[in-house]
Amino acid sequence: MSDRMRIVGFCCSHGAYSSADLAGVMRISYSPSVMIIRVPCAGRIDVLHILRAFRDGADAVFVAGCLEGNCHFEYGNFEARKMVEHAKRLLSDIGIEAERVEMFNVASNQAWRFPEIVGEMVSRVDKLGLSPLKKVIK
Amino acid sequence: MIIAEQKPLTEICRIVENDHKILVAGCKSCVAICLAGGEKEVGILAESLRLYSDLNNKEWEISEVVVERQCEKEWVREIGPSIEGKDSVVSIACGVGAQVVQELYPDARIVSGLNTSNMGAPDEPGIFLEKCGGCGDCVLHLTGGICPIARCAKSMLNGPCGGSQNGKCEVNPDTPCAWDQIYNSLKRLGRLNLIEKVIPPKNWIPSSSGGPRKIVRAEAVLTPEEKKTKEGVD
Repeated sequence: MSDRMRIVGFCCSHGAYSSADLAGVMRISYSPSVMIIRVPCAGRIDVLHILRAFRDGADAVFVAGCLEGNCHFEYGNFEARKMVEHAKRLLSDIGIEAERVEMFNVASNQAWRFPEIVGEMVSRVDKLGLSPLKKVIK
Repeated sequence: MIIAEQKPLTEICRIVENDHKILVAGCKSCVAICLAGGEKEVGILAESLRLYSDLNNKEWEISEVVVERQCEKEWVREIGPSIEGKDSVVSIACGVGAQVVQELYPDARIVSGLNTSNMGAPDEPGIFLEKCGGCGDCVLHLTGGICPIARCAKSMLNGPCGGSQNGKCEVNPDTPCAWDQIYNSLKRLGRLNLIEKVIPPKNWIPSSSGGPRKIVRAEAVLTPEEKKTKEGVD
């Protein structure tokens, strides 16, 4: 199933994206289903970005920011976590499983962490199945 | 400003269930400040409705529009073309805005996507507190600038009551006692003598007990001749 799934990862430039980069340098593999969208800070992410990702065919979405207390913009990762919680509530109301969206914190030197996050989201989609929207959106 | 909050998505979906072309109309004023119906919230609600529609094969056509102020006809006229042909308009302005749109476009079905709550102000990010009871007979000059009508759970004009405990209200321990605040404010202002002044029973006629209130500013009212010239109304 994992070759057909699409996972969108909004990654903060300083923490998560650098972690993904380092994972690549260290030749640690992770699922090719993930599509990384690099953002200056996880705090940039709004509920609307998450909803649009689902509407555009994502089976799961994650937002990954710096470790708590390490945000380069001080509290962007806390803002992101609140947005993700909001998105979870909204998705439940819409009828999409809240588990399809998650917030993670990762430091730039944690090469192992990014593949771990991707693995977690892949296993969630494996468990939940592809997005129910895929059946109706052409 | 007017404080409102969005109705649950499931309720909005139920309201527009049998419609096909739906317009989500927001307002850039009060409801944008209280994060209920501004440009951003219009986008989120519209996207949520689209997802709901896709998931449930509703085939809704959702469009979006935002006006500067839905409570003023001059601004609302701008969205006329967007309303045309829609089965329903989900107004996420306050109840005032939704009604003004309905008055201007009587043939359109305007439904409210918000529950309008009160007249208040942002206290801190994400927290909005009621400040004014809109009683039509202001007593702030006697109460140190704190409204006992809106901020006292019992709307007492001569307080505090026996339920004021350590500066908190007995109705809700999270709420500061308005009369404790009034006392402290008058003390700060050196006008504690005012608290001894008994405020007589209030005249509630200017309040909402007599149907919709109307304020007329004679100097601004258009004469029939002016109406004819300015608005082209006979």
